[in-house]
Amino acid sequence: MMHEIVIAGFGGQGVMSMGQLLAYAGMTENKHVSWLPSYGPEQRGGTANVSVVISDEPIGSPVIQNPSVAIVLNNPSFEKFEPTVKKGGVLIVNKSIVDLKSKRNDITVIEVPTAEIASEIGSPRVAGSVILGAFIQHSKAISKKSIIESLKNVLSERKQHLIPANEEALERGASLVINGDVKKPIA
Amino acid sequence: MKVVFQKTSGLQDKETHYCPGCTHGIIHRLVGETLEELDVLEDTIGVASVGCSVLSYEYFNCDMTQAAHGRAPAVATGVKRVLPKNRIVFTYQGDGDLASIGMGEIIHAAARGEHITVIFVNNATYGMTGGQMAPTTLVGQKTSTTPKGRDESVQGAPIRVSEMLATLDSVHYIERVSTHDVANIIKAKKAIKKAFSYQKEGAGFTFVEVLSTCPTNWGLDPEESLKYVKDKMVAYYPLGVLKDRGGDN
Amino acid sequence: MPKVLMKGNEVIAEAAIHAGCKNFFGYPITPQSELVAYMANRLPEIDGLFLQAESEVAAINMVYGAASAGVRVMTSSSSPGFSLKQEGVSYLAGAELPAVIVNIGRGGPGLGNIQPAQSDYFQVTKGGGHGDYYTPVLAPSTLQEIVELTKLAFDLADEYRTPVVLLGDGMLGQMMEPVEFTEEDMKVLPEKKWATTGTRGDGAPKVISSLELNDVNLENHNHTLQSKYEVIKQREVRFDTYRADDAEYMVVAYGTVSRIAKSAIDEARENGIKIGMIRPITLWPFPEKPFEEYRDKVKAFLSVEMSAGQMVEDVRLAVNGKAPVEFFGRTGGVIPNHSEVLEAIKSLAGGGQ
Repeated sequence: MMHEIVIAGFGGQGVMSMGQLLAYAGMTENKHVSWLPSYGPEQRGGTANVSVVISDEPIGSPVIQNPSVAIVLNNPSFEKFEPTVKKGGVLIVNKSIVDLKSKRNDITVIEVPTAEIASEIGSPRVAGSVILGAFIQHSKAISKKSIIESLKNVLSERKQHLIPANEEALERGASLVINGDVKKPIA
Repeated sequence: MKVVFQKTSGLQDKETHYCPGCTHGIIHRLVGETLEELDVLEDTIGVASVGCSVLSYEYFNCDMTQAAHGRAPAVATGVKRVLPKNRIVFTYQGDGDLASIGMGEIIHAAARGEHITVIFVNNATYGMTGGQMAPTTLVGQKTSTTPKGRDESVQGAPIRVSEMLATLDSVHYIERVSTHDVANIIKAKKAIKKAFSYQKEGAGFTFVEVLSTCPTNWGLDPEESLKYVKDKMVAYYPLGVLKDRGGDN
Repeated sequence: MPKVLMKGNEVIAEAAIHAGCKNFFGYPITPQSELVAYMANRLPEIDGLFLQAESEVAAINMVYGAASAGVRVMTSSSSPGFSLKQEGVSYLAGAELPAVIVNIGRGGPGLGNIQPAQSDYFQVTKGGGHGDYYTPVLAPSTLQEIVELTKLAFDLADEYRTPVVLLGDGMLGQMMEPVEFTEEDMKVLPEKKWATTGTRGDGAPKVISSLELNDVNLENHNHTLQSKYEVIKQREVRFDTYRADDAEYMVVAYGTVSRIAKSAIDEARENGIKIGMIRPITLWPFPEKPFEEYRDKVKAFLSVEMSAGQMVEDVRLAVNGKAPVEFFGRTGGVIPNHSEVLEAIKSLAGGGQ
């Protein structure tokens, strides 16, 4: 099984860190992983994206042409990556910011009101984890436990207190999928 | 028989390639004597530059590394920083090498306070390539690339490197000396010895500018050349200590 | 040791430290700056020396000084900065000083951009600076391979008294993969008796120099260098092959591009095209043997590069007219995607049938 994940958004939305967390979690499950950032000037304020591959087999190209999963956090990223999602793949949309709708009927679309859920949890900084929760619930690419373990390793000491909030965010994201708040492909 | 004079063991027993009347030979001797007197010959690594002194590695009686044009201070930085602290590292550079192509390297080595000694031989010309204008060429001085004399409105004014480097906080010692007569040669020796002594004590960047002759390219005989240094060069490049942070390190 | 997730640039730095390199002179330039920052952080912890130079030119000359004093030393840069170091590389080669220089290539010419490119191939494999010299060039394709090849770079440098180039691109430098640093025994190498460390207990003064004014002597020195390069060519060639045994067509690619090519090859195989790959690991010396082996068996070769066509010249020399050699490349920092490589493969196979 190979997951080719693109995460895209504004610089500062935590795109790179979300990708790193997935790669790290994949590594802890002894999967093959690669993490490839867009590292142009756009990383300072413009759009940034990261390609993460999680695979049972050694990874050939770390470059993703047609993602099996695209996580888009803003409109420009939606416009750029929605058309590239592989047929049968998944588009996960940050509904709090993105007002565009996918017209494709060959992919699964999951819309996540990240900001609203994060503010219900009481920590705007865990918006990324809400979306990751939806992602791992849908794809089963890695377990929630691995994400939590990885957070303990990647978060600096002064951010460790955010782990319970992140855990809650992951669960809230997952419950969206469990509750069927998902637009499946026709056919 | 009593020995009244002998060559310093700081220099190898070789004839140099320098022109008659050139003071490079004197400056080599002053450095060689200093290394001998401070008993550091075996712990010294010299860095030769590009210019007339390019072959200085054949004359100094210590380990020598030959650097690319202008890069001696960077090479010396590499040597000094990776070897045990008791090693003495010096560069021997002319004015084309140090003040033109190597200006970046010398300024930054000085700014970092590298624990090296720089012997800067200023004869106001590119000697080896045949007497072209150097950054230190005096206004009005004729060279093969300023055939009518250096014109300040075209080539700007000569650079006083020692004064410029003396503005840097991490520099330990800078003195400008000359070789145009015996009294000044004795002063030059004292300055060179002071610079190396500071390095031996572990002090920072030390720099001695030595005003020197180039009879061949100046088109003067040796005696006239010494007079040129005394009258013209010293007038623009005043002698003396420009910075001395003393022996307290 | 457990696996760690690191950026390629950081892997190079840590691998150098594992290879016994405790001295680094650097200058910032994207996309290799993480390497410099990693060294700045890590080397003081192990009593090593990190120094940020005022320019790439100064950095390579500091390397020259440190190498002449006999220590393992490294510097790193990216294309425009590598050009600036090129003068120093020629001096290192002439003075026979061991050092490792990393080039994390980016789009050119000129200032170009900061995206990945392989357009410095000519520069690094053909000497690049003035004078008759070559530098061994190692081109890792994965982060784990960086660990192995960085160690090899230092060993080759010391064994043959030569500068060695580790060539990557922005993709390799910026990406993360899990890597494992293995504690290998250090290779026993000849003592550096030539190093200018002072003469105490050593005898006569030693000289490190690339200057030789006597023409006959300089020619002799050139003969010495050329014989050394011959030995390196005989002993140090490294390459890898992928699905090559029954291949009717052959891709040639190195570094990160070989990974994209692998994906395209797998897909081409699913489409019934019998295609394999030769992946040079040493770009100089260029691996000629696999071409001698396959050039009579395959119908055509395809060189895939992030350049306008540089390695393809060496491929043509190695194939020596025995089979057609085609080229597919992207330039300017554009990373080829595997479907366009696949199209190039299909067109190669179509044209060959």
